[in-house]
Amino acid sequence: MTQDAKQTRPKVLLVDDDAGLVETYRDLLAALPSHPKVLTASTGTRALSLLKAQQFRLLICDLRMPKMDGIQVLSIVRRSFPELRTVVITGVQDEQFRSRAYALGVDMYWLKPSTKHDMDLFLQCIESLLGKDTEGGFRGVQSKGLMDILQMESLSQSSTVLRVSRGSLVGRLWFQSGELIDAETEGARGEAAFQRILGWKSGTFENLPAEPGRERTITKPLNALLLETAQAMDEVAAPGYTVSAEEAEQADHRQTVWRLAALTREGADFVVSLADPVAGGAEGWGTETAQEIGRWMGQALASCEHLAQQLDAGPWSHLEAKSHNHRLVMLPQEGKTYLVGWPADADTATLRERTKKLVASWES
Amino acid sequence: MGILKLFAKASPEVQRLPHGSLTLDPDANVLATTIPSAFGAELLQAIGGHIVGLFREARKAQMPLTEINLHFASFQITAREMRGGAVIFLKPKDLFLASPQN
Repeated sequence: MTQDAKQTRPKVLLVDDDAGLVETYRDLLAALPSHPKVLTASTGTRALSLLKAQQFRLLICDLRMPKMDGIQVLSIVRRSFPELRTVVITGVQDEQFRSRAYALGVDMYWLKPSTKHDMDLFLQCIESLLGKDTEGGFRGVQSKGLMDILQMESLSQSSTVLRVSRGSLVGRLWFQSGELIDAETEGARGEAAFQRILGWKSGTFENLPAEPGRERTITKPLNALLLETAQAMDEVAAPGYTVSAEEAEQADHRQTVWRLAALTREGADFVVSLADPVAGGAEGWGTETAQEIGRWMGQALASCEHLAQQLDAGPWSHLEAKSHNHRLVMLPQEGKTYLVGWPADADTATLRERTKKLVASWES
Repeated sequence: MGILKLFAKASPEVQRLPHGSLTLDPDANVLATTIPSAFGAELLQAIGGHIVGLFREARKAQMPLTEINLHFASFQITAREMRGGAVIFLKPKDLFLASPQN
């Protein structure tokens, strides 16, 4: 093995209290094509200290171990080393543990191989996990911006409906023989919708069949619209660019109108957002008690995070609550926490999805 | 053969998630529970303390709640307010059987 190859060898940490098994697995793993350097630990505590001291590509962990079990180890690993790939290898055939392990973000949950075929498959999967980060290749159109995709549609003179989605937000752009004729998203249409969609920084798109009968609301050429939008974005991003008080007020007003319209359109009663649970400073729309609700949200968030950690039950996803007047849904979104109040008779089965959609549109 | 078991090493176990219910008074004292004692009173007290605290603080925030559901990736806590106290249901989730709403 050359010096370079030695330096790029991925490091694997194998954690199991069964010394005989560890030795066997170490030999098998070391013989993989990527020639990983395999270190071992017989306890969770030892594994955590090794992870702190050195950088590993992969952790392979048993579940049944004395003092600190595998679920506890994975729970700490998830918080302290989120980039580390993790694999559970266990003799415990129990759906609860499988669910919890995946909830803690493991890449693979594997029952200890009992046949040669199982072992071969296991080793193939490990090799694939070790190679994932270093594989090269083109990502193709996935790395293109929305502007590039629109220009391609225009250049190819195609007639199509481009469906663009960003999380729960969905926008549609209608092309007729390469010309953009209409756009629609979240209650907005025409140029306003086009600008909102272009403001989305990431997402997915798909081409739907053309709709030749679609009414035209956009008359400006696509290039002119793209230029205007790009100029506006460049100005805002330019160093030294300062927004005048008037511009800021107009933007603030537009955003408030947009948010109130979204609130009405979706049928929610109020929204409270909390950026920093410690510092407070909640913002509310449709309620006069935003600060009080914000304080409660901060406490609820702390309780959820504390319980998630104590139970090793995976991350907190959302909170639902009922009061006499409302159904409430609280969830995190891009660094903020939102609480949305819905009417008491709202359909509970769809509330979480509706809340996600409303919250996704809130900051866009 | 039985005597050999005395020398057998006890196999370590993985801590399970609690499953069952508990009833608390307004001071978050556990009045009754169906959760096995293996989980320890401290854990139940901690869960109860957080939940009763959330109901109490919600009242202070002029938003009195009758029910709270906390959803974690593999666990769910459902709590109903009961005269200042609460009845709490703890339930592990099976990710592979969960409905899209979970």
